[in-house]
Amino acid sequence: MVALLIFFPIFWMIITGFKTETDAVADPTLIFSPTLESYAAVQGRADYLKFALNSVAVSFGSTLLALLIAIPSAYAMAFLPTKRTKGTLLWMLSTKMLPSVGVLVPIYLIFRDVGLLDTRTGLIIVYTLMNLPIVVWMLYTFFKDLPKDILEAGRMDGAGTLQEVWYLLLPLTLPGIASTGLLSVILSWNEAFWSLNLTTSKAAPLTAYIASFSSPEGLFWAKLSAASTMAIAPILIFGWLTQKQMVRGLTFGAVK
Amino acid sequence: MIKTRASGRTVGGLRTLSLQAPAVTLLFLWMIVPLAMTLWFSLQRYNLLMPGMGGFAGLENYEFLLTDPALWSAMGTTLLLVGWVLAITVVGGTLLAVLFQQEFMGRGIARVLAISPFFVMPTVSALVWKNMMMHPSNGVLAWLSESLGLPVIDWFSSLPLTSVIIIVAWQWLPFALLILLTAMQSLDDDQVEAARMDGAGPLAIFFYITLPHLKRAISVVIMIEMIFLMTIFAEIFVTTSGGPGLATTNLAYLIYIRALLDFDVGTASAGGVIAIILANIVAIFLVRMVAKNLEN
Repeated sequence: MVALLIFFPIFWMIITGFKTETDAVADPTLIFSPTLESYAAVQGRADYLKFALNSVAVSFGSTLLALLIAIPSAYAMAFLPTKRTKGTLLWMLSTKMLPSVGVLVPIYLIFRDVGLLDTRTGLIIVYTLMNLPIVVWMLYTFFKDLPKDILEAGRMDGAGTLQEVWYLLLPLTLPGIASTGLLSVILSWNEAFWSLNLTTSKAAPLTAYIASFSSPEGLFWAKLSAASTMAIAPILIFGWLTQKQMVRGLTFGAVK
Repeated sequence: MIKTRASGRTVGGLRTLSLQAPAVTLLFLWMIVPLAMTLWFSLQRYNLLMPGMGGFAGLENYEFLLTDPALWSAMGTTLLLVGWVLAITVVGGTLLAVLFQQEFMGRGIARVLAISPFFVMPTVSALVWKNMMMHPSNGVLAWLSESLGLPVIDWFSSLPLTSVIIIVAWQWLPFALLILLTAMQSLDDDQVEAARMDGAGPLAIFFYITLPHLKRAISVVIMIEMIFLMTIFAEIFVTTSGGPGLATTNLAYLIYIRALLDFDVGTASAGGVIAIILANIVAIFLVRMVAKNLEN
């Protein structure tokens, strides 16, 4: 019951996407003849596709980049720890606490001056840095859980660092890396502060596109619902699949 | 280890350094450059609309901001928003976690449904609530109160902040639930069983066993939500644009108005510095707590 109540707004949105515009604003009802016309309308607008592609490019691009930067770092922290490692980890976490609003003005001005405003590259850079601390932390906790003997055995057999990482570490921690990546994709996909402030039209992802429906002239409920449903569906499914591992990343390993 | 201890350490240290360098350098730049610029701008007269007017302002921007009632109203709004959402999500999340811990038909599905709002992008959830739930003439809530013979509430004009709080709490309740439920799974069943044998009722079990067990998870939830809730932006942007008046303008939104709508970089930066100071007060506690957890 409670679960249904919590889920209701999402359910309602999905339902409304299958109504005609007249049905959508009529008295709420569950009895109506479902239609795909809103989906067709949203799909038919080429710019919806553009926003969706921006979302895909930006969230996957930044995730890939973050993983590339974070894997060596997490590897070093987990397997070659020094006295400073713990301090570095905590410091990384603290950058996450720097509120975006506090640095919005300089980032905006820098981006304006170097021509990164309203570009995918600009958003990818911001999202990569935004997620980097969480990605490093999550990878670190997954790497640390790996029994040390396995890597040592590999080293005894004469594997160099690169081979060790490529043939042993990556395959063994693939599930962990995958869920780290998924979390990063989810966070980037849903991010709204930077996307609203740093993009206008060209590079705007779905978050910004959906927000444009908030103006009174954009009020087509059925189409809004259809577009929203398409915007959240992939992430919702990702989220369901990775809920367990996500807790770890979201709490920096403090709750297992 | 194949290498000797002494050389292994120096080689390891160098390797550690070079492997970490990219991540550390990037994060350091990401933190320090904007921070320095924000501090610098906050001491300048800098308005993008008035290019002629410039120069060192000293603490003028801070003075202007601190004597502006909008700042205090925004701080109050920020605190109310954070406080209420925290209260609702922590209490609600704990109760739901206890509920979902029980065995019942379709628990897996119920759980998945209940945590879903967390994955919905903020702009979507704000719009769904604004248009389909809280709309005064066609919203589900209006229809509900009409059919019950109650007066219809025009949510965003009569209860703007309450409306925003409801939306944000709806998004974050699943987060609290997710974390607390995970923590709950490590609760020792034998202990609960033993307590039950000793004649402890469900309430006693909740207050003497479950709640103390969840203490750490609850503090993690509070701290992490605080970081995110202090800078809530999209929900306000989409629903009320900070209004009516300043009713739903929090610190994040105020800085946004000053910077990107009024183009007043100086004051906006001063506001940014204030936001950073506030966040750091929270951060000190959080980092200390995580550090303690790392020790264990």
